[in-house]
Amino acid sequence: MKIPTLKGADISRRDFLRSGAAVATATLAPGVTLMAFGGSEAHAAADADKRWGLLIDANKCDADCDACVSACSKENGWAGEGNPETDPQWIRKITMQNTSTGREVTMPMMCQHCEEPPCVDVCPTGASFKRVDGIVLVDKHTCIGCRYCMMACPFDARSFVHEPVINQKSHAPRGQGTVESCTLCVHRIDKGGRPACVEACEATGHEAIIFGDLRDPESDISKRLAQYPSVALRPDLDLNPGVRYTNL
Amino acid sequence: MTLFIRLALLFAFSFGAGSLAAQERSSLLPDIPAASGEPHAEGNEYWRRNHMDLMKHDRDSTLRDGDREIAASLKGCFDCHAAKDDAGQVVTYESEQHFCRACHDYVAVKVDCFMCHRSTPDGVDEHALQAAILPKKPLDSTDVQGVIAYLNQTESKPTEAGE
Repeated sequence: MKIPTLKGADISRRDFLRSGAAVATATLAPGVTLMAFGGSEAHAAADADKRWGLLIDANKCDADCDACVSACSKENGWAGEGNPETDPQWIRKITMQNTSTGREVTMPMMCQHCEEPPCVDVCPTGASFKRVDGIVLVDKHTCIGCRYCMMACPFDARSFVHEPVINQKSHAPRGQGTVESCTLCVHRIDKGGRPACVEACEATGHEAIIFGDLRDPESDISKRLAQYPSVALRPDLDLNPGVRYTNL
Repeated sequence: MTLFIRLALLFAFSFGAGSLAAQERSSLLPDIPAASGEPHAEGNEYWRRNHMDLMKHDRDSTLRDGDREIAASLKGCFDCHAAKDDAGQVVTYESEQHFCRACHDYVAVKVDCFMCHRSTPDGVDEHALQAAILPKKPLDSTDVQGVIAYLNQTESKPTEAGE
């Protein structure tokens, strides 16, 4: 019974301090800090009312096409050097075959942006995190390169940067000793855009990847999910990924 | 005035080319590369003292909250602070002439920003600028001596390897 009381007292004290700090900022701010910090809250693009996701139609995915992979590589400035063991793989094409019927499907595989991401659970520094809009990212400022997240990920979606990197894209910093993965092109989403792989797939005419807000029942992706059967990969793990597949 | 320059030149040459550079310096403080664009409204002193806190605050806003309209970003720095070498070529952090290194070398503070961030404005080909500085990978993995040499080079970060 005492715990809630203590908690309440703590919160009210914190609120008091916060209100004091706000007044201090307001009186000190004009001309000094207001310009540097002012309004950054208002610009925050990560919206807790949204959950970004992808719907991938394996039937529409062409086995000979890798437009999504090359578009991602170009957009985010990563490239393989012919060494599959250490090459970065933000997105890759995989082929699955049903052993009894012989039916083959290919599909792109990337970070599934889970609602319950195991990579975030295991990260010892808090570098692996989920934004309020469901995008799972690595904060390379705090990543120590321990690679627990790579082991925890059931989708093998993350890679480790083994070599020194230069000439990065300014919107996609990446460097030696840190883990990286698909960011869902968060820099584009924050400006109202769509991921590079989605646009590239559309440009080839396949339209196998659809991007949208899973929380918005009126979005194209939500309507299709409501209308047609789809699956989450590894549903047994109950991770509720933001990336869904149809016609597997 | 002319007499003064002549005397100065005479003085400089009498000590040989090695001391010429030393004679040109006006103070012991670092030579900060000139910037383009509008000066900081808060003044240079404010930014020299606070740039790391401002950038750290805003990097978290961008990464965690998706705020892309921040006041202090590395990308924003290089809009004005892309230092150039004597040939007029933009330099990377590998070069001692890089804007950040002017002061950071002086106070012996090593920054890790450029392990992940590019140290030049977008559009500059850093590969071409640094081809001579980064260690070269052996083409053949059976070339044991080559692999050992490469590993020895990469043991230290490219910044040190370039010096």
